[in-house]
Amino acid sequence: MAGGNNRRIKELTQKRAVCAMPIAGSYRSIDFALSNMSNSHINKVAVFTQYNAGSLNEHLSSSKWWDFGRKQGGLFVFTPAVTAESSVWYRGTADAIAQNLAFLKNSHEPYVVISSGDCVYKLDYNKVLEYHIEKKADITVVCKDMAPDVNVDRFGTIKMNEECRIEEFEEKPVVAKSNTISCGIYVVRRRQLIEMIEKCAEEDRYDFVKDILIRYKSMKRIYGYKIKEYWSNIASVDDYYKTNMDFLNPEIRNYFFRQYPDIYSKVDDLPPAKYNMGASVRNSLISSGCIVNGKVEDSVIFKKTFIGSNCYIKNSIILNDVYIGDNTHIENCIVESRGTIRANSYHKGENGIEIVVEHNDRYVI
Amino acid sequence: MVKKEMIAMLLAGGQGSRLGVFTSKVAKPAVSFGSKYRIIDFPLSNCINSGVDTVGVLTQYQPLRLNTHIGIGIPWDLDRNIGGVTVLPPYEKSANSEWYTGTANAIYQNLDYMESFNPEYVLILSGDHIYKMDYEVMLDFHKQNGAEVTIAVMPVPMEEAKRFGIMITDKDHKIVDFEEKPENPRSNLASMGIYIFSWNTLKEALLTNAEQPGLDFGKHIIPYCHAQGSPLYAYEFNGYWKDVGTLNSYWEANMELIDLVPEFNLYEEYWKIYTRSEILPPQYLSSDSVVEKSIIGEGSEIYGQVYNSVIGCGVTIGAGTVVRDSIIMNETKICGNCEINKSIIAENVLIEEDVKLGIGEEIEHETDPHIYNHGIVAVGEKSVIPKGITVGKNSVVFGVTSAEDYVNGNLPGGKSLIKAGDKQ
Repeated sequence: MAGGNNRRIKELTQKRAVCAMPIAGSYRSIDFALSNMSNSHINKVAVFTQYNAGSLNEHLSSSKWWDFGRKQGGLFVFTPAVTAESSVWYRGTADAIAQNLAFLKNSHEPYVVISSGDCVYKLDYNKVLEYHIEKKADITVVCKDMAPDVNVDRFGTIKMNEECRIEEFEEKPVVAKSNTISCGIYVVRRRQLIEMIEKCAEEDRYDFVKDILIRYKSMKRIYGYKIKEYWSNIASVDDYYKTNMDFLNPEIRNYFFRQYPDIYSKVDDLPPAKYNMGASVRNSLISSGCIVNGKVEDSVIFKKTFIGSNCYIKNSIILNDVYIGDNTHIENCIVESRGTIRANSYHKGENGIEIVVEHNDRYVI
Repeated sequence: MVKKEMIAMLLAGGQGSRLGVFTSKVAKPAVSFGSKYRIIDFPLSNCINSGVDTVGVLTQYQPLRLNTHIGIGIPWDLDRNIGGVTVLPPYEKSANSEWYTGTANAIYQNLDYMESFNPEYVLILSGDHIYKMDYEVMLDFHKQNGAEVTIAVMPVPMEEAKRFGIMITDKDHKIVDFEEKPENPRSNLASMGIYIFSWNTLKEALLTNAEQPGLDFGKHIIPYCHAQGSPLYAYEFNGYWKDVGTLNSYWEANMELIDLVPEFNLYEEYWKIYTRSEILPPQYLSSDSVVEKSIIGEGSEIYGQVYNSVIGCGVTIGAGTVVRDSIIMNETKICGNCEINKSIIAENVLIEEDVKLGIGEEIEHETDPHIYNHGIVAVGEKSVIPKGITVGKNSVVFGVTSAEDYVNGNLPGGKSLIKAGDKQ
């Protein structure tokens, strides 16, 4: 599910779908779900996209990065299309599947894994599937206990009985009754899914969570599969910022980068990062293709960024291909990709994170 | 019908023995260069950037690393339905079987491969130079002059000319004579080992000279073509070109990449160099790290200090360690409080705490001063250097070493410590 956009992530998604958001220097959000699928030996993957899919389509230009593109299966991208029957956008997650139901019907695989593309996690879906079969569930929802201090009002919250069957499911509750949230990852039998989606479509219902999970929760056997490992959703500016900063933690880096299995991404053929005289980098992630002349602290610098002399960058995220002129001060900011920041600029997020979008002319020699 | 205007044959079978321990397990073209690259990436990227999409890579010496690196050519976009990259090792034949005995002999043994593409021109390359060159421009030069053989040459200082094969040309760039490593050179145009042959000329020359032992381009084929009266032209190249055949030239070429604006610039948008990247994550520099005038590859973690160095991918440098003027290749781990001076450390090496490399006076190497010189410390791949060891200049460590292998925890300058056995 890679169609989404929402206003919580503000200017950052004017340019791209949430699931094409760059993560941890070298990746995009959708890489995590796609790599998990590839590593779980799922070889037929459909990506549903509609909002501003430019960056995403560019990223998915070849399926070889995730080792899809086999004779059996492959990577399929579905955007809304005008057909004899319909000429509407995807009106919801269930509608996206409904409009492409032929793909599901023509497949022969018994089970379907549904995952949102805006989450950062590692998961072997085969384990969820085993659990699903063992519980004789109709739908299994992957869920996670959030820390008590986390505001869960933008997630779906779940209450399970001692057998892990889901008893209550509330979407974006005003007052949450539990801090167990749905991770937006589901396992369901293919025929079951087709049946439910068809029913939904007949009734003009479009949303997978509201119109399937919540409506069917007493009738169908819906179970929760809890994960204890790292999982993070990036669909708000604060969460996006925090998720990236999490990678400054050596345990999280080790979990994602050094432990089996790997996360894959499109290879960009950039040269190694270069540090010139005067560079000073502390507690930061630097990606390939960067040239650093200034000072960087507690930040995540994405690919191909140029940081001029005497700059000071702190607690910030600089997205791909940004040029930062000399003597610039950037603190508590997210700098949008392909930006060009003039020399001697000053940006500081005073109350929370400031998003900097600057497109000045860039003179390249 | 298959038809390719020009195909390339890339000679990648040589050992490159002057790189010492660095080519004892891998062929020279597979030796890493400039943090994330391998030497062969440069000619392969030149090929695809020049529109040459059919490349035969001739391998012989220690080909494993080279074969896995090339794979089916995905990083260079050389995974093609027709053409693409093909690895060509020597093979057994019904009548006789032999290794590749010379550069031209290797090409001769693969006449069938070339014939299958029905080419008009064949580009002969070697896999051990660092440069960016548009072979299409060279081909245009070849066609314009009606040449049958075009040899890429580059002007070198007169005093160095005696190390090279020298071409003597007339004012139209036509080669009138040539001499191999002359005492008194008559010209300063050195052959770069890059040739374009018109297919029929090459085929005829190879078939005629097939029986010549150790058939070589410089020694046999070029003189033969010249004697036959084929028009030979010299294509003058004035860009950056570096032979990295010795440890010192290899070290220097790496160090040139870290200049403020390097002469050989990897950061230009035009003419990208491609390589197989297995490691993707960004690099991490800790709160106590200092990095100046260096390049560092993906996924490395730096907790110490790095000055004037070229660091590969997936390298760990521990806290308190100071690295100066060194080359450290992929996946090597250097623990804390080490001191690394002017060293070349190969892939997958483990250096434990408190090790000091490149200490003391420069002493000539006891057995191989022509390989190990300029004060460089060489550490071969998968080596282990245990805690607290000091190693002098011009010395070599290769293999899993333990404290007992050193006298008083010290390996003096100019000595070799080579142990069989790989790191587990």
